[in-house]
Amino acid sequence: MTDAPLRRFAFDDELTIVTAAEHRERLLAALGDSHGVRLDLSGVSDLDTAGLQVLLLARDEGARLGLPVEFSEPSPAVAEVLALTRLEL
Amino acid sequence: MSLDDSMREALDMFVTEARDLVQQLEEGLLEMEGQPPGGDAVNAIFRAAHTIKGSSGLFGLRHLVSFTHVVETVLGSVREGTLPVTPGLVSALLPCVDHISSMVEGIPEGRLAPDSSQEAEGARLLSGLEPYLSESAAPIAVPAEAPPVTETAWHLDLRFGPDCLRNGMDPLSFLRYLSSLGEITHVVTETDRLPEAAAMDPETCYLAFAVDLTTAAPKSEIEAVFDFVREDSDIRITPAESSLDAYVRAIRAMPENDRIGDVLITSGAVTEQEMAEALRVQQERTAKLGLAQPVPIGEILVEQGIVPRDIVDAALSKQRRTTESRSSQDTRTIRVDAARLDKLIDLVGELVIAQSSTGVAGAVVSEAQSEVMRLVDEVRHSALSLRMVPIGTTLRRFERVVRDVCMELGKEVSLVITGGDTEMDKALVERISDPLLHLVRNSLDHGVEPAAERRRHGKSPQGTLKLNAYHDAGNIVIEVTDDGRGLDRERILAKAVERELISPEAVLTDAEVYNLIFEPGFSTAATVSNLSGRGVGMDVVKRNVGALRGSIEVETTRGIGTTIRIRLPLTLAIIDGFLVGVGPSSFIVPLDRVTECVELPPGQLGRECMNLRGEVLPFIRLRQLFHIPGTEARRQSVVIVEQSGQRTGLVVDSLLGELQTVIKPLGVLFSRIKCISGSTILGNGEIALILDVGPLIADHSEREVAALGV
Repeated sequence: MTDAPLRRFAFDDELTIVTAAEHRERLLAALGDSHGVRLDLSGVSDLDTAGLQVLLLARDEGARLGLPVEFSEPSPAVAEVLALTRLEL
Repeated sequence: MSLDDSMREALDMFVTEARDLVQQLEEGLLEMEGQPPGGDAVNAIFRAAHTIKGSSGLFGLRHLVSFTHVVETVLGSVREGTLPVTPGLVSALLPCVDHISSMVEGIPEGRLAPDSSQEAEGARLLSGLEPYLSESAAPIAVPAEAPPVTETAWHLDLRFGPDCLRNGMDPLSFLRYLSSLGEITHVVTETDRLPEAAAMDPETCYLAFAVDLTTAAPKSEIEAVFDFVREDSDIRITPAESSLDAYVRAIRAMPENDRIGDVLITSGAVTEQEMAEALRVQQERTAKLGLAQPVPIGEILVEQGIVPRDIVDAALSKQRRTTESRSSQDTRTIRVDAARLDKLIDLVGELVIAQSSTGVAGAVVSEAQSEVMRLVDEVRHSALSLRMVPIGTTLRRFERVVRDVCMELGKEVSLVITGGDTEMDKALVERISDPLLHLVRNSLDHGVEPAAERRRHGKSPQGTLKLNAYHDAGNIVIEVTDDGRGLDRERILAKAVERELISPEAVLTDAEVYNLIFEPGFSTAATVSNLSGRGVGMDVVKRNVGALRGSIEVETTRGIGTTIRIRLPLTLAIIDGFLVGVGPSSFIVPLDRVTECVELPPGQLGRECMNLRGEVLPFIRLRQLFHIPGTEARRQSVVIVEQSGQRTGLVVDSLLGELQTVIKPLGVLFSRIKCISGSTILGNGEIALILDVGPLIADHSEREVAALGV
């Protein structure tokens, strides 16, 4: 099962409280019917706490379901937040 | 509550706070002029500027941040003593404060970014500050007792409230702001509160942060960063392990002090806010457990995680041997929404009314009942006093006005403020500030002579303007006094004749002549200056004061000076009234308008007037005016009221006596009724209308004139 390709999931705008709910639904849906997702973070123009929580949720949910969740190509906005919070995704 | 609403609420709070800070800035700048470098005033305004900058940053108001930053830099040099305080510097900074104020005022109007004119203004002001920013400004003095700036390591536990995201507060912004205060050496982002996907609300904050910060900023400044989220968040700021020894040593080196709170606050380990919170917890717990002795404050501080035990122990040993002598708590203030206060006063008013009707029902007043009466009365008094604020803040605002006007006119005037502690209704304070401004400007412009002229008359070249406030017989009196040239009786008369305000033959008393300056369109100033002399102002002042149920008078001596005295009721919420009855209806005449009461003489003169000690007194029959049915009482009375020097009688059936009553405004439905200013509920549950004497008389004379066909 782990051999199956990861489903790519991209963001093309801000990941903030404005869009957090919507992204959460999409992400959970994507996780639900795949063998894991690869989150392409290169398009995230803005990231706030709400957005960060969605990313963390995806990570935890993946772990709970036993599905791989990978993060790739963090945009400068994402990198700044990760540096600030000393978090590693 | 939508995101927008919450955000707006937070912004509102910011604006309110920023206004206070701007006020502090302005007052501090004016005070700073007369102070040695490194004084308290400088420290205070530096903090104010810093706080404005910091909080603006939290809201992403970049224009405010960048502008205030420059001002703060200049103030920083002043604080360090590298930049001397000169009138030039203060003059350059004051308009900057105005600019900050205008940017702040723009926020509630939705202007979160500067428009082009504002931007230009900002750039112009900043270029004015440039000379003070240059590195070449030579240090004038090395501050002898500069507080040693040492960096301290702090441990911050930040548990933001679940609603903070919805309220527009992003914890990440706080982290970013902290990194501007000092160096963030370590962060642990705690994600364990994040629930499972299904239970997670994307707009709720689940993250918590543990931050190690090394900074030179005092604890209070770190604490201030979280002012906007403190209420529903759990923010703990403790000295890091590595700093403990330093605190313990500092406490040991301190002079004797029997108050552990003071010791801890002075050492910097605890802020005043934390101490206040701990004291509150202490009180609560003591009351709840019914303890004779309060729980030691040190225990509470340790338990709340505010300071480590080591530091408390050090402070305790300092305090040991001194007996328990806890004095009263520091005076603290809270902000209360004015509408809530009004609601309270309204309810208390109802309570007074309801209570007085119980007094009527039972003929015999028991001891318990009279005790309730006394308490209700006390409650009413303290409820009304909640609205009272000292007038000093408003008066001190004029320091700036005096300074600016003097610069413009090239005059030298010192402002002396007395009676700043005098209290009056907040609503009144706000509404009297504009009329006062007119008076102050007028005195500076027309009253105080230029220095050369003063010297010629043997006066000191520097003029004096005095603002004085005091209580007098249930009123507040505000005086604006200058030691200028005084009013010119002859010129006022000549002008009044020219303007056809009076006939050339009229014989007027001094008071009547001086009152002419309050007539619309009256100005005797030879030149129209930028400030005053356009003939608007004094009449507006008089009208505004009148609208507040106040009066204004002038006292002047040629060559010595002028005093303008405003007399206002302490509050607009209650009125001293005179209750009269007409048939089944009751009316209240404002007591300050009533001059006397006489009996209506039998036998009528031809028209609606009577003979009062040889003078003709016109009167108004309230029964006719309000079309009240029924027959007249056998003996009617006349209440004589005075308005603008004109006396008129009001014919009523019965005089019911004086009373103090809470005014209830009329509903919008009756907003166009002119002769009634409000209503009140009497002890027996009936309604009495409050007469508005001014329009009542004016209206009546108009009708008289019309009736006579003149």
